[in-house]
Amino acid sequence: MFWRMITKTLIRQKGKMLMIAFTVILGVSLSTAMMNVMLGVGDKVNRELKVYGANITVRHKDAALMNDLYGLSGQGVNDKFLHEEDVLKLKSIFWGFNILDFAPMLDGHASLNDGEDVQLVGTWPEKNTTLPTGEELHTGFNALRTWWEISGEWLGENDDEAVMVGHMLASDKGIKAGDTITLNGKAFKVKGIFNDGGNDDSKILMTLPAVQDIMNLQGKVSAIEVSALTTPDNDLARKAAQNPSSLSPDEYETWYCTAYVSAICHQIQEVIRDGVAKPVRQVAESEGTILNKTTLLMILITILSSIGSALAISNLITASVIERSQELGLLKALGAYNWQIVLLVLVEVMMTGLLGGVFGYFLGIGFAQIIGQTVFGSYIEIARMVILIVAVILFFVTLFGSIPAIRYLMALKPTEVLHGK
Amino acid sequence: MSSTILELHNVSKIYGNLKALADINLSVNAGDWLSIMGPSGSGKTTMINIIGCMDTPSVGSVILDGVDISKENAASLTRIRRDKIGLIFQQFHLISYLTAVENVMVAQYYHSMPDEEEAMEALAKVGLADRARHLPAQLSGGEQQRVCIARALINSPQILLGDEPTGNLDEENEGIVVDIFRRLHEEGVTIIVVTHDPEVGDVAQRKIVLEHGRIVDDIDQSATFGEALKLKSNVSV
Repeated sequence: MFWRMITKTLIRQKGKMLMIAFTVILGVSLSTAMMNVMLGVGDKVNRELKVYGANITVRHKDAALMNDLYGLSGQGVNDKFLHEEDVLKLKSIFWGFNILDFAPMLDGHASLNDGEDVQLVGTWPEKNTTLPTGEELHTGFNALRTWWEISGEWLGENDDEAVMVGHMLASDKGIKAGDTITLNGKAFKVKGIFNDGGNDDSKILMTLPAVQDIMNLQGKVSAIEVSALTTPDNDLARKAAQNPSSLSPDEYETWYCTAYVSAICHQIQEVIRDGVAKPVRQVAESEGTILNKTTLLMILITILSSIGSALAISNLITASVIERSQELGLLKALGAYNWQIVLLVLVEVMMTGLLGGVFGYFLGIGFAQIIGQTVFGSYIEIARMVILIVAVILFFVTLFGSIPAIRYLMALKPTEVLHGK
Repeated sequence: MSSTILELHNVSKIYGNLKALADINLSVNAGDWLSIMGPSGSGKTTMINIIGCMDTPSVGSVILDGVDISKENAASLTRIRRDKIGLIFQQFHLISYLTAVENVMVAQYYHSMPDEEEAMEALAKVGLADRARHLPAQLSGGEQQRVCIARALINSPQILLGDEPTGNLDEENEGIVVDIFRRLHEEGVTIIVVTHDPEVGDVAQRKIVLEHGRIVDDIDQSATFGEALKLKSNVSV
C-alpha cells in the first residue's frame, strides 16, 4: 500500500515532482562538475603553471651552500660540479612521472669578437632520447623557457656551432639572427636573439657540449633546472622539508609517496651525486596557492549550489505539502502517526531527488568534460568518490530542504483541514 | 442491559473568550444510534472532534470504552482513534488518485495490514463491489459517501462517527446511507451522527440538540424509531 501510494502520488504530482527533480539536476550537475574538476584539476593547473618555468633547482652541495649563505650562483662561484651522466636519472625516481621537463646548465665565459668577456650558458636546448626503461624522452631548455620571445630560431639539439644571444647583449653589440660571432676565436652562427626579461638577456646561450669544450669541463654541469608536478605543501610536507629524519615511519611513507616538492627534492638527491635539490619557493608556493584557491572556489560553488538547491526544494516541497494538506490530514484522521506521514513525504521527495540526482550526475560529468576541454584542452578524469560525495550531499540537501514541510506536517491538525477550521 | 461505551463529564471547550462547548454531560450505550443536531456554531463539530479523538476538551473528561481520552497525548489519541473510531465526513475526503478499494485499504494499512479481499467485502456491504476499481472522480456523491462508510467500517470500530454524512447527498442517496446505518445499527454498531437534516436526526434512537455549546434537548426516539426509519430508508441498496 505504501509503495502504491508513493507511485500514484509521484504520477499525479508529476509536474511538481519534475520541478523538484529539475532543481536537483541543476544542483547535482554543478556539484558533480565542480568536484570532478576540483579532483582532476590539480595536475592540469600545475601543467598550466609549468609555462612559468622550473620549480626545482639542483646544484652541487658546495655551490648550494654558497647560494644559501651568500645568494651567489653562476660561473666562478664554486669549482664543484654535478655530473652530466646523472641528469637522465631524474626520470628514474619514484615520482619520475611527475618530472615534466629538465635541463642541465653549465655557466661559462668567453671573449667576444671585440675581446669583451661575455657570460655563457650551456644547456640542452632540446633533448630527445630513449631511457633505459624504453620510455621516449623529449625535454630540454626550450620547454623551460616557453615565455621567451625569439627573433630567429631556437637552438637545435646538436647545434654545437650555433648560439642564441640575449637581446641586451645583441643590441649592445649590434648582433642579429643569422650573423656570425667568434668566442675565444671560434666562429658560431647566431640562430636567434632571445628576450628573457631578466639577467639572462646579457648572456649567450649555447649547447652544453659547446660550453664544456670552451671551459674544458667535459661531462660537468653547474646546475639542473627541473619542472615537476607537485602537490601543495601541508604541515607534514613542511615538517619533512625541515628534516625528513624527524618523521615517524608512517609519516615518512606518506610523505615519500606524495608528490610534495620536498619529497621530490629528496628523491632527486638520492640519484644525483653530491646534488642538493631546492624548490624555487616563489614558483612552488604560487602553484600551491593558486591550486588551493582554485579548490576553495570549487568547494564554495558546490556549497552555494547545494544551499540554492535546498532552498528551492524547500519551497517546492512545502508548496506541495500545503496543497495536499487535506489528503495528509485525512491520513492522520485515519490513524497515521506523524512519523508515518513524514516518511511518506520524505520517500516521495527522496525518490524524486534520486531520479534527479542520477540525471544530474551524468549531466555534471558532461559539464566537467566541457570545462576540461575549454580550459585545459583535455578530458577530466571521472573520480568515483564523487558519486558517494554527491549522494551524501543530495541526501542532506533533500533532507534539509524538507524540514519546513516536515514541521508543517507535524503541526497539521486533521480537524483544521477536514472541517476547514 | 447495554454497557456504556462513551461518557462525557462536564466537558467544555474554550477558545479564548468563546466557549464552543459548555459543561456537557452525555452518556452513550454500546449499540446506540445517536443524532446530534443544532444550528451552525452550536458546537456539534467540536463535540464530534473530541469524541473522535481529534481534539481534547479544555475542561472535563471523556471516557471512551473505559479510557479517559482527555488525558492522552497526541500519539495515544491517534492509536485510540485508529482502533475504536470510524469517521465519515460530509465532503467524503477520499484520496483522489486511489481507487475505491484502495481508499478502503488505506485505513487498513494504518490500522494493521491491507487486505484487498476484506476491502472488497466492505465495499460489497455498501453495494459498491462493481465500482471498486473506479477513482472517486468516476463515482457519484452517494457512491463516494458509501466508499467513505466502507472505509470507516473496515477496521470494525466501536463507534461510527458521521459529521453531516448526508449533507452533500440528494434524497435518494440520503436514503441509501440511512439504510446502511440501519443495517449497521442492527448489527450492533454504535452510531453517532451530527446532522442539520431533521429527517436524518429523527431516524436515530436518540437525539440531542445543542445550542451555544450546551445540550438543550435530549430526546429518546425509541418509540418512533422504527417507523421513522422505515419511512426514511425506503430505498433499498
